[in-house]
Amino acid sequence: MFSRAYKTLVSLPPLLWVSLFLLLPYALMFAHSFWAVKDGLLIHQWNLDNYKTLLAKPVYLEVLLRTMRIAASVTFCSLVLGYPLAYYLSFHSGARKELLYQLVIVPLWVSYLVRGYAWKTILGSEGVLNGFLQYLHLTHEPVSFLLYSPFAVVLMLTHIYTPFVFLPIYAALEHIPRPLVEASQDLGAGSTETFLRVILPLSLPGMIAGATFAFVLSLGDFLAPLLVGGASGTMIANVVQSLFGAAYDWPLGATISVCILLVVLSLLFLTERLEKRWSFK
Amino acid sequence: MSSAVLNSPPTDPATRGVLLELRGVAKRFGAREVLKSISLNIASGEFLTLLGESGSGKTTLLRLIAGFEQPSAGEIWMGGEQLDRLPPYKRRVNTVFQHYALFPHLSVRDNVAYGLRVKNTPANEIAGRVDQALRMVKMEEFAASRPSKLSGGQQQRVALARALVNRPQLLLLDEPLSALDANLRKQMQGELKSLQRELGITFLFVTHDQEEAMALSDHIALLRDGALEQVATAREIYAHPATAYTAQFIGQTNLLHGEIRGSIAACGVLRWPLDAPDGLVIFSLRPEAIRLSADGKRQVTEVKFGASIRQQLYGGSSELLEVDCGAGQFLRVRIPVHGPLSGKRDFVFSIADAIRVRE
Repeated sequence: MFSRAYKTLVSLPPLLWVSLFLLLPYALMFAHSFWAVKDGLLIHQWNLDNYKTLLAKPVYLEVLLRTMRIAASVTFCSLVLGYPLAYYLSFHSGARKELLYQLVIVPLWVSYLVRGYAWKTILGSEGVLNGFLQYLHLTHEPVSFLLYSPFAVVLMLTHIYTPFVFLPIYAALEHIPRPLVEASQDLGAGSTETFLRVILPLSLPGMIAGATFAFVLSLGDFLAPLLVGGASGTMIANVVQSLFGAAYDWPLGATISVCILLVVLSLLFLTERLEKRWSFK
Repeated sequence: MSSAVLNSPPTDPATRGVLLELRGVAKRFGAREVLKSISLNIASGEFLTLLGESGSGKTTLLRLIAGFEQPSAGEIWMGGEQLDRLPPYKRRVNTVFQHYALFPHLSVRDNVAYGLRVKNTPANEIAGRVDQALRMVKMEEFAASRPSKLSGGQQQRVALARALVNRPQLLLLDEPLSALDANLRKQMQGELKSLQRELGITFLFVTHDQEEAMALSDHIALLRDGALEQVATAREIYAHPATAYTAQFIGQTNLLHGEIRGSIAACGVLRWPLDAPDGLVIFSLRPEAIRLSADGKRQVTEVKFGASIRQQLYGGSSELLEVDCGAGQFLRVRIPVHGPLSGKRDFVFSIADAIRVRE
């Protein structure tokens, strides 16, 4: 149907793009993780010292674990918020569906940074929330754990990633043929039973996709901890950033990146298997 | 189909009571009146077909009985219970959906077991009844398959088993055969009919296919624009259509518009004696009621006319002719296979076969 020359021509741009902006950087990163730095100079000498350092110093593993905890919390909170939202919109919103859908999506158009600074203003000791709490006489001094804490990071990331979780769940729910719901009722199942036996299982692929988004994107986030995380809210991406920046230890930074990449890849592998297992088309 | 699964008492047509009663049921969607005061009784154990064109309201009526819609007016009663006050999951009614609506994430076995599980039936009873139901529709070897792996006909059988395993008092079938190809459709019609006879369950069947309706039903309820046009047995409704619409919708017919004056019916060039008051009339004359007159003779109870043959459509077991009686009057005539015909011929029909119908 298409000539060989045409096929080559068409496949060239994506091939170039992937090689230049994906494969090459990853290869460089991988190579760096086996090199070293001495007296501020990069030494191209193959060794495993960086990996040994990672294992020897528990601080890196600690930050990585904290990062995964935060990402897991964000995933959980986004699901808890996003699922009912998607369910309500898909099944019960009637004529307001389009409007509500747009309202859920609108925050995605606002810059990440703007939203980050907004949370700073809300959570700070002089912030809106503390002002309100004091106005209600619930506290006399500003509550300090609100800002610069893992709590703040989870809050901000949940706010940012809930639409990402909402979207695939909403799509999955919209794809459930409505006669299936009627069939379930027809066979004697009430609303709760219909939800648990039909709607929930059929929306699982959407939940898995949404949860993967939230977890992976949170895992690599460095702006939220920078803006609202403080010292106790530092995440692994901040460590990598400082290693590549101020510390000028590219090899160690690359080593951590390789580890994160491995975590993410195995997660994606797992979720893809799960999604296949739970898709029925 | 194998032995009766539902152990329901055998139904003797003579002692059949009314199972379902529709009392002035109406349904409006906004300003659109989809059903206009439908009153209809369905006898226990009968096969009743709701027949009508798309948009006639037949599916809406089915959905009202299943409980997916609420009537705007009127009441639905079943077995001394006001059905329209109950949510769908409390009605002893099950539905076979148009596109089957099998649960894609469940195996055939789990699909069939669904209704029993949600009603907390004991596990060993579920296993037995599901096996029986699958055997009844000859799907036991597919018990572990997912619905997506099945053909349309097989999905249809599973949908039937899934509904029947609950031993409903009334089974609603929403154009269940419309998605099947012609051969499979004929086969499934036969199976449906014998299944219904064997189980003695009341079937309320919705279709737009008049042939299917006639082949299957004890009674046909013809719907037109949300109102009942005629309710009768298949034979009655074909032989004695009450209205011109019914006559045209069920089978083919010739509608003869004319007038009675002085005990003579005159429709175009055709006229015959008829003892009836003067006035405008419509007759329905089935194509097969007209035949070629071999010898040019006629009985006193027959009408003879000459007509030239315009078109001849060969149909295997019969031939359909379009004949021109003159003065712009055309008739369709169905005759046994005859061989090529042309020119002017004589035809006869019995006066009794010209059925007077309402507008």
